[in-house]
Amino acid sequence: MIRRLFIANRGEIALRIIRTARRLGLTTILGVSEADRDSLPALQAHEIAILGPPPSAQSYLSIDAVIAAARAAAADAVHPGYGFLSENAAFARAVGQAGIIFIGPAVASLEAMGDKLMARAVAVAAGLPVVPGGEAATPEEALRSAEATGYPLLIKAVAGGGGRGMRRVDRATDMPAQIDRAMAEAQAAFGDARIYVERFIARGRHVEVQVLGDGARAIHLGTRDCSIQRRFQKLVEEAPAPGLPDGRRAAIEDAAVRLAKHLGYRGAGTVEFLVDAETFDFFFLEMNARIQVEHPVTEAITGIDLIEQQFLLADGQPLGIAQEMVRPAGHAIEVRINAEDPDADFRPSPGRIARAAWPAGTGLRVDTHIASGGAIPPYYDSLLGKLIAYGPTRAIAVDRLCAALQSLHLDGVATTAPLHRRIVADPRFIAGGVDTRFLEGLAHE
Amino acid sequence: MTDLPLTPDDVAEIVAILDGSSYEHLDIRTSRFRLRIARDGTGWTQQWDWSDDDTPVQAETPVAPVAAETGPVIRAPLPGTFYRAPQPGAPPFVEVGDRVEPDTVVAIIETMKLMNPVHAGSSGRITAILADNADMVTRDAVLMRIT
Repeated sequence: MIRRLFIANRGEIALRIIRTARRLGLTTILGVSEADRDSLPALQAHEIAILGPPPSAQSYLSIDAVIAAARAAAADAVHPGYGFLSENAAFARAVGQAGIIFIGPAVASLEAMGDKLMARAVAVAAGLPVVPGGEAATPEEALRSAEATGYPLLIKAVAGGGGRGMRRVDRATDMPAQIDRAMAEAQAAFGDARIYVERFIARGRHVEVQVLGDGARAIHLGTRDCSIQRRFQKLVEEAPAPGLPDGRRAAIEDAAVRLAKHLGYRGAGTVEFLVDAETFDFFFLEMNARIQVEHPVTEAITGIDLIEQQFLLADGQPLGIAQEMVRPAGHAIEVRINAEDPDADFRPSPGRIARAAWPAGTGLRVDTHIASGGAIPPYYDSLLGKLIAYGPTRAIAVDRLCAALQSLHLDGVATTAPLHRRIVADPRFIAGGVDTRFLEGLAHE
Repeated sequence: MTDLPLTPDDVAEIVAILDGSSYEHLDIRTSRFRLRIARDGTGWTQQWDWSDDDTPVQAETPVAPVAAETGPVIRAPLPGTFYRAPQPGAPPFVEVGDRVEPDTVVAIIETMKLMNPVHAGSSGRITAILADNADMVTRDAVLMRIT
């Protein structure tokens, strides 16, 4: 039974977790860096614990600091949110060793999915299709693998994730230099120089499936489409993925459940696929063993509180939802409002929000930690909030999103809001089912 | 702690009520927050203010912008952590005395988990490096002088 919940995160996801925890009557303790002690989540938690100085490495990423704070707070569970330590197997193990429940999957699942190559091997064992390619421990192996795979291709860091450590190579002549850079970057970013090579699918869509498992059984909560990305990071997400033939959608969902069952997965997870926009062939990409930024679109169409499910499953409860009870209805679209200047190559734009007027109304949900006067420190990522529009049909959701973006006023820093206004007015987006090259073809004002 | 913030559903419900009325805005004030729900064109906005939140967060600014710099300088294009080398242990991008061109990368500034290159911006020779490695710098802080 979870009574005292320690939240090892910040920003909008910390607030999101607090909201469900309060509804369930839990006492919330938020671990914050010194930069976040006056943040909105810090005001809303029952208690706060200072983890350390502002830089993440000394606060949100410090396993020792977080464990010590959770112990001192007599927490009986830790929710890691997304990013930071959420998929760190060493952290999950340390939480368990401290006698505290880790709100996430078993350590073995984190290990299996954290290493992208191992994840690939596990997916193959579970019978999922994967993108042609393979591991490359040395530059020579990478070249051999590239010859077998063909160009264009992607070089990925084995320890990478969230779009980091990826690069596209179009010609064999570029390959040696790109391998060196990719390995150096992977070493610097992840402390692990290993890379692998994958065929690049030109017209690819990013489709993912939300799964829930209790270790024995697993179900899915439908698809999400996250094809609109910059720097391989998502900007717009929607549920369900539009324009997929029913048979294909069912096959993708089945594949995700198969992987979750194969892993004996416990908790909420997301299985990501690359879907060929023309043939609808699909390939396993990776599994995120945590709550996703874009989870609200699934909540909007299923009515299921995913954070609540995480609490229940981590607490050892059996799945309380059977597959046939999941009846997604309508359509939901989320846009990420980041403190970045879309007209200056998405340059980060930290600072202070003088006025934050977020849209409100029927079918709208705003998940944000930014109110008027809110600070955006330079230490952390640039997400200011998420605007989610729901409608009984996709067309209504698009209309509501479009209108809501007109009523969004964030003064003080550059944000991605103007870009989203262009995206939602684009005929390709209105039609639905765009591929990952969408942004390249977006008209500039 | 007793006045719970309104949930998104609460706000949506309030908007639905207001939408069918002739009211232009509604202000709710508690000891902890102020919420204004207001008409905005054909839609509505929600604006939150938190009473505890009026103490400005001090920016960590060991290197202050120098207003009265004479001569060419290289300024920080954005706030963040200043690094002189591409990675720990690597040689610095530039040293005092080095010749630079406008597009020479002289440093990086880490902001929001991204490494942003700092370009010299003009041709010349580095005469002084004013920020220390790993310093937090503000936007437009003078990082280097060049001639």
